[in-house]
Amino acid sequence: MPISITTPLTREKVRNLKSGDSCLISGVIYTARDAAHKRLCELVAQGKELPLDVKDSIIYFVGPTPARPGEAIGSAGPTTSYRMDAYSPILIAEGQTGMIGKGKRSPEVIAAMKEHGAVYFGAIGGCGALLSNCIKKAEVIAYDDLGAEAIRRLEVENFPVIVIIDSEGNNLYETGRAAYLAQNK
Amino acid sequence: MRTISAEKVTEVVRRLCINANCHLPQDVKDRIESFHDAEKWPQAKEILERIMENYQMADEGDRPICQDTGLACVFVKIGQEVHVEGNLAEAIHEGVRQGYTDGYLRKSVVRDPLDRVNTGDNTPAMIYYDIVPGDKLEITVAPKGAGSENMSQIRMLKPSDGLQGVKDFILWAVENAGPNPCPPIVVGVGVGGTFDKAAFLAKKALTRDLNEHNPDPFWADLEKEMLEKINELGIGPQGLGGLTTALAVNIEQMPTHIAALPVAININCHVARHEKEVL
Ligand code: SF4
Repeated sequence: MPISITTPLTREKVRNLKSGDSCLISGVIYTARDAAHKRLCELVAQGKELPLDVKDSIIYFVGPTPARPGEAIGSAGPTTSYRMDAYSPILIAEGQTGMIGKGKRSPEVIAAMKEHGAVYFGAIGGCGALLSNCIKKAEVIAYDDLGAEAIRRLEVENFPVIVIIDSEGNNLYETGRAAYLAQNK
Repeated sequence: MRTISAEKVTEVVRRLCINANCHLPQDVKDRIESFHDAEKWPQAKEILERIMENYQMADEGDRPICQDTGLACVFVKIGQEVHVEGNLAEAIHEGVRQGYTDGYLRKSVVRDPLDRVNTGDNTPAMIYYDIVPGDKLEITVAPKGAGSENMSQIRMLKPSDGLQGVKDFILWAVENAGPNPCPPIVVGVGVGGTFDKAAFLAKKALTRDLNEHNPDPFWADLEKEMLEKINELGIGPQGLGGLTTALAVNIEQMPTHIAALPVAININCHVARHEKEVL
């Protein structure tokens, strides 16, 4: 049975999530990818206010296709997360608790997740049409000039993810594959 | 001489961009479905089910299969007897511009690799020309996402590295990519030529039907062997473990220098899009 998560994702909720858990997220999450992360981290460095409240927030690494008339959003699957590795530790230190993406993370990101209490979720890459069904509302809240890369506030319902790396650093990319190989010897 | 108007080219490219992004080719679907049947690891099987659900949904609703609708890679085979009235390159860019705008596809191109300002209409297309005998014009649009493109590799091996060197490099590239290119993947390999020709062959290999093997039995056997070896790695769908790491390995080879053994590996994801039309 998948675990239901409602945002905000508090540190306490984070601690209960274990690598390998299937989860359904409902509530508000934010989108940001390369260019938006760069700008957010510049603001942090300058001690300026961010356009979103990062405390207990989940950031979804995605650049959706344009919404067609009458729809909330276009296709919206995850982008590869390692490109955000330089920025995620800074935002985690500011209070961000969740990330949704796909692919490996750096030791620095995992260290920050363990230190502050954050979790890395994976959504299925290449399933943008399917995942967009769980996004009920989308609104650009910053960096409109970035187009697909703008920061959006999404309202999601039962958005399906798997905990890849938990706040203790357990990593499903290592354990999942090892379990499969052990069983297939 | 056969005359084809630039407007016609634009119209075809526009349509190919939209169709390629919303409808996965049948050969790719067939591969995913047969791996789904063979896959025994529950998590992996479930992910393949979601992937199948996703492309069905894209089919039915004319939606992009993936939000990364890619760089528009356009392969053009122009018959020597064809005269295109107007500017062929501009006609192709215009087709991309219209297709990506009218089809609600993502604009994922920046005008300069360092200043990174979005061009706003997904142009320019990445065009590959080939002049061939005949009076036909064949256009293939293969939108290419960056997640898998970024995991691609090229290496100038030594002739003494030989077959084993080629095999090791392919396995290393897939291992190094791990979960990043949205496995299951399609592996395009180019061997021989020059540095750049090898890379082009690898990209071209990705446009080949997944059910077709290299016409040379030696290379066809290598394709089969490498697919098996890759699927023994256990990376699995999305990198969470399983049989289905790759759907196919397509290799293209060509003559090369006595001192050279260039090998390029262009990785594609399961959203292995390519759509062709012959004019
Ligand atoms: S690698 Fe392929 S499936 Fe994954 S996000 Fe990019 S285009 Fe989509």
